[in-house]
Amino acid sequence: MNSPVPTDPVIRLTEVNKHYGNFHALRDVSLEVAKGEKIIICGPSGSGKSTLIRCINRIERHDSGEILVDGHRLTGDTKDVAAIRREVGMVFQSFNLFPHMTILENCTIAPRKSRGLGKAEAEERAMHYLTKVRIPDQAGKYPGQLSGGQQQRVAIARALCMQPRVMLFDEPTSALDPEMVKEVLDTMVELAEEGMTMLCVTHEMGFARQVADRVIFMDRGEKIEEAAPGAFFTNPQSPRAREFLQQVIH
Amino acid sequence: MFDVLFQPAIDGQLYIQWLLSGLMWTLLLAVGGWWIAFAIGVLVGVGRTSRNRAVALAARLYVEVFRNIPVLVQMFLWYFVLPELLPTGLGDRIKQMPPPWGAFFPALACLGLYTAARIAEQVRAGIEALPAGQDEAAAALGLSPWAARRHIIVPQALRLIVPSLTSEVMGIYKNTSVALTIGLLELTAQARQISEATFQTFGAFAAATIIYLLLALVAYRLMLWIDRRFQIPGSAPARKARRLPILRRGGAL
Ligand SMILES: Nc1ncnc2c1ncn2[C@@H]1O[C@H](COP(=O)(O)OP(=O)(O)OP(=O)(O)O)[C@@H](O)[C@H]1O
Ligand SMILES: [Mg+2]
Repeated sequence: MNSPVPTDPVIRLTEVNKHYGNFHALRDVSLEVAKGEKIIICGPSGSGKSTLIRCINRIERHDSGEILVDGHRLTGDTKDVAAIRREVGMVFQSFNLFPHMTILENCTIAPRKSRGLGKAEAEERAMHYLTKVRIPDQAGKYPGQLSGGQQQRVAIARALCMQPRVMLFDEPTSALDPEMVKEVLDTMVELAEEGMTMLCVTHEMGFARQVADRVIFMDRGEKIEEAAPGAFFTNPQSPRAREFLQQVIH
Repeated sequence: MFDVLFQPAIDGQLYIQWLLSGLMWTLLLAVGGWWIAFAIGVLVGVGRTSRNRAVALAARLYVEVFRNIPVLVQMFLWYFVLPELLPTGLGDRIKQMPPPWGAFFPALACLGLYTAARIAEQVRAGIEALPAGQDEAAAALGLSPWAARRHIIVPQALRLIVPSLTSEVMGIYKNTSVALTIGLLELTAQARQISEATFQTFGAFAAATIIYLLLALVAYRLMLWIDRRFQIPGSAPARKARRLPILRRGGAL
């Protein structure tokens, strides 16, 4: 684990624990993410990957330990939670677009209602990001009229419209048909190249090799390994990671 | 059979005018009561799903009280008991309201608040039927719980429950007939008056029945139109009249 220690962390988790009832879902997880870093999180099903990134914007609340995002400490204080959520964008496995709104409305609702942007300004910004993900021509349609890949790109644009400092991705391509995976990954690579700070749960190892600064391997709620992608993929330290990689690659 | 309707009554009007006046009060009561019920029902239904314990409990209490006391009893409570409970001055002023209004307002409050409790439960069910991802996405975007409900959750929940709201619409105007017990001359009361004045019981009540059935048809059609109007483009055209088998489209009511 000779990865560089981040100097100016945008996100810092210190010994974070999380239970669901009696089930210990996160065990003393610590993690620092510097501005512009790309972190890939992988691990077997049920290992706590989703739980980990969902704690960062408090979609789940942790029980103990400390989470700092962009200088805000995550406690029960709703003001801090709101401030953090404005700075942290999230993309879900199942897209979670708002089906009753057009693509454009999906992208403008949060900037208007939570950042206080005017309609014209919000729409201009939405079109900018929809163009970036290459679907400006779909702005007037509804989510149900788009393909999965298009929906996920809208979800990315929707999150970007809040101009977040950090983006969280929870298996963004797992629900997609194989032929649509690439268009979403391409969008994410572009985002990475522009310097966005990213935490991404994914099993797309090609993508991980291409963009990751560090790979985090989780198992049973614990952070087992943290390494540069080259080192992790060619020479994983723990037997569990080795076993996991064998399964993913085959 | 309906000859009686075109005979003059003692007040110089035709009996059909009695019936139409009754219809007017029935409609005023049903439509006015519906808007009260809808507004309060949505608020209480959202309150039922609130994470704030006090709010959720208050909403639950509202539903349990207003849904479980029989409408007839509630009608009497509003009309006879409420004026006695209020300060004397206010109570007396309520009791002295001129004839139709003195019965109309208690009936309006009664039907509005009773139906609101029923709508609240539909709204709650609609909200709970939505995937959790909707709430999570709204929260992740920084929308406040209020904004999330206002713009994301409630609009979808309402679309989901249009079929069950249809039965509430039908329910409220059927329940308007309970208002005759406190002296409001709505449709049923007028039919009864005609029957008492002419002994043409069958003709009077048959006419009222037909009007009620026509109203049901209009309400049903209206709700079907609303359902289509707010259908989300690209969503599966599921559900529809499935939950109202008796009133399936094309069927004769
Ligand atoms: N709301 C919940 N209530 C109870 N248990 C939960 C809840 N959410 C997650 N868990 C449990 O916590 C553990 C970690 O879940 P999590 O979703 O973080 O795993 P994951 O690593 O993302 O898995 P996957 O690859 O399947 O998405 C699992 O065992 C899961 O069953
Ligand atoms: Mg997961």
